[in-house]
Amino acid sequence: MNHTLILPILLPAVVGALLVMAARYDKVLARAFSLASAVLLLGVAIALFVIASDDSVRTYALGAWPAPFGIVLVLDRLAALMLLLNAVLGLGVLLYAVGGWDMRGKHFHPLFQFQLMGINGAFLTGDFFNLFVFFEILLIASYGLMVHGGGGLRVKAGVQYVVTNLVGSSVFLIAVGLIYSVTGTLNMADLALKVPQVPAGDQALLQTGAVLLLLVFAVKAALVPLHFWLPGTYANAPGPVAALFAIMTKVGAYSIIRMYMLAFGADAGEAAWLAAPWLLPASLVTLVLGMTGVLAARSLGQMASFAVIGSMGMLLATVSVFTQQAIGAALYYLVHSTFAAGALFLIADLVAERRGVQRDRFVLAPRFAQGGLITAMFFVAAIGVTGMPPLSGFIGKLLILDGVRDSAHAAWFWTLILSTSLIAIVGFSRGGSLVFWKSHALPPAPASGHRPAAAPFVAVGALLACLVALTVFAGPAHAWLEGAAVQLFAPAGYIEAVMGTLQEVR
Amino acid sequence: MEFLVASAIGVMTAAGIYMVLRARTFPVVIGLSLLTYATNLFLFATGRLAVNQPPVIGATAGAYVDPLPQALVLTAIVISFGMTAVVVVMALRAYLETGNDHVDLPGDASPEASEDDWKLRGRKQAPVPQSVFGSGGERA
Repeated sequence: MNHTLILPILLPAVVGALLVMAARYDKVLARAFSLASAVLLLGVAIALFVIASDDSVRTYALGAWPAPFGIVLVLDRLAALMLLLNAVLGLGVLLYAVGGWDMRGKHFHPLFQFQLMGINGAFLTGDFFNLFVFFEILLIASYGLMVHGGGGLRVKAGVQYVVTNLVGSSVFLIAVGLIYSVTGTLNMADLALKVPQVPAGDQALLQTGAVLLLLVFAVKAALVPLHFWLPGTYANAPGPVAALFAIMTKVGAYSIIRMYMLAFGADAGEAAWLAAPWLLPASLVTLVLGMTGVLAARSLGQMASFAVIGSMGMLLATVSVFTQQAIGAALYYLVHSTFAAGALFLIADLVAERRGVQRDRFVLAPRFAQGGLITAMFFVAAIGVTGMPPLSGFIGKLLILDGVRDSAHAAWFWTLILSTSLIAIVGFSRGGSLVFWKSHALPPAPASGHRPAAAPFVAVGALLACLVALTVFAGPAHAWLEGAAVQLFAPAGYIEAVMGTLQEVR
Repeated sequence: MEFLVASAIGVMTAAGIYMVLRARTFPVVIGLSLLTYATNLFLFATGRLAVNQPPVIGATAGAYVDPLPQALVLTAIVISFGMTAVVVVMALRAYLETGNDHVDLPGDASPEASEDDWKLRGRKQAPVPQSVFGSGGERA
C-alpha cells in the first residue's frame, strides 16, 4: 500500500488539531503552521498528481480492511486533479487571509485546515457513506468560516446556509439508505457491480435513491432550482472564505461525475445514464439564470456569486452529454472556473476593504488606494470569467462548444452558451465601469498613508498566474485531462483496483 | 409493524418539512430535528424490520439482522445532534445581532423581518411575561 494517499487527509487534520491546542493565541505561530501545512499539502498533491499520471488506479484500504467491507481511498486521475486544484486554491486563499482577515475572529486557521481536510477526503474516498461523512466535515468547517468575523447580516446568511445544508444532509442519508437497502453495499466500486443485478422490482427504489443523491449533489453544485442559497451565502461570506468556497461547488460537480459515471454509467443496465435527462435541462437553465444574474447584480460579490452559478451551469451541461470529449472539455473548464472565481472573490474583497461605506456595491464612490493595480487585476479576472480571448476561459469555451457538437441538443448548447457569454460580458462591463472607471469623475479620497499588506496582492496575482499558465500550457493540460476522461469511461480499472484489495490483503 | 414504522417516518418527515418552511428560526430548528429523527428511523428500517434477532451471526442464532444500518444511524445521530447545537447557537447570535428571529435577511424583500426587528424599530426587547419570571420587563 502507498501511504502517500492518506496524507492529504492526515496532514490538515493533524495541523488543524495542533493549531487549536498549541497556537490559539499566537498569531505568528498560527500563521506559520497554517502556511507550512498548505505548502506541504501542495507538495503532496503534486506528488500524487505525478503518481496518478501513469493511468493506474491506486487504493488505500483504511485499517487494512479489504473492500467492500472496509473504507478505501482511491486515487485516479480525476481525484489527483481535484486534490491539486484544492491545494493550489487553498494556498492562494490562505496567503490572502494572512494579510489580515484571519485575525478578525477566532479559530480561522484550524477551521481552514479542517475545511481542506474535508474537501480532500471527499475527493479521495471510494465509499459513499464515507463521502457523506467528509461532506459533513467540510460543511461543519465551512459553517464556522462562513460566519468568521461576525456581523448580523453575515450570521443570518450563515443560518440560511446551515439550514439548507442540514436538509441536504438528511436527503443524502435517505438516498444512501435507499441504495443500501436494495444493493447491500456502500462501496462505490461494489455498487457499480451490484447495480446491473438489481431485479426489476427493486429498480424503483434504486432509481429513487440515485435521483435523491443527485439532488444532494445539485444542492452543493448550486444547480437550478437548488441554487438559491449560493448568492446570499457567498456575497455575505468573508472574501477569502468565498474564494475558498469556489471549490465547494466543484465538490458537487466531482461527486456527480464520479457517482453517475462509475455506478450509473453505461454498464448499469436499466439505470444506465440515470443522471443525464435530469442534469441537462437543469444545468442549461442554471447557465442562463447565472449569467442573467451577473447583469442584475448590485455588488461585485453578488456578481461573482452569479458568475459561479453560471459557470456551474456550463460545466454540468457539458458533463450531462457524457461523452469522452465533453468530459475532457468540462474538466478543463472546471479547473479554469475555480481559479477565475477564486480570484474574482478576492478582488471584490480588495475593493470592498478600500471603498469604506460603499463596500463593493455598484454605486459611485471616490477612487481608492492601489486603484490602478486592482483595476488591472479585475480586468484580467473578468476576461477569464466571461471567457474572452486570450485567457483560458476562451479555450475552455471553445473545447466545450467542440465537445458537444455531436450531441442531439447541440443547437441548444451553442445558442445558450454564446448568448449568455454576451450577457456576462455586458454585466461585467457595467459593473467594472461603475466601480473602477466612473470613480475618476470624483475627486480622489485623501490617502490614508499606511502601507497595505503585500500578501493579498501576491495571492491574487498567483491565482491569475494560474489562469495564464493554464492558457499557455493548454495543450499538455488538455491532453492530461483527456486521459482522465478516458479513465472515467473505463470504470473496469477502478472497480478492479478497489475490489482487488480483497486479494492483496490476503 | 411495517405500517406503524412507515407512517411514523412519513408523518415526521411531513411535519419536519412544514416546520422548516416557517418564517422564524425556532420552528425551523424544530423542523430540522424532526427531519433528522425521520431520517434516522428510515436508515434503521433499511436493514429490514425484524424482532428479537441478534445483529451478529452466532452459533445458536438461526437468523440475524443487518448490523450496518445501526452503525450508520449512530454516525447520523452524532452528526445531526452536533449540527442542531450549531444551528441553535447561530440562530441565537443572529437574533441578538440583527434584532429579529426571521430566517429571511432583513431588507426590502422581507418587510415582515424589518417590522419585527426591535433594533430597527428602536424598541426595547419584548417584555418577559410575568408568569414566567415573576417580575416582567418594562415596555418602552
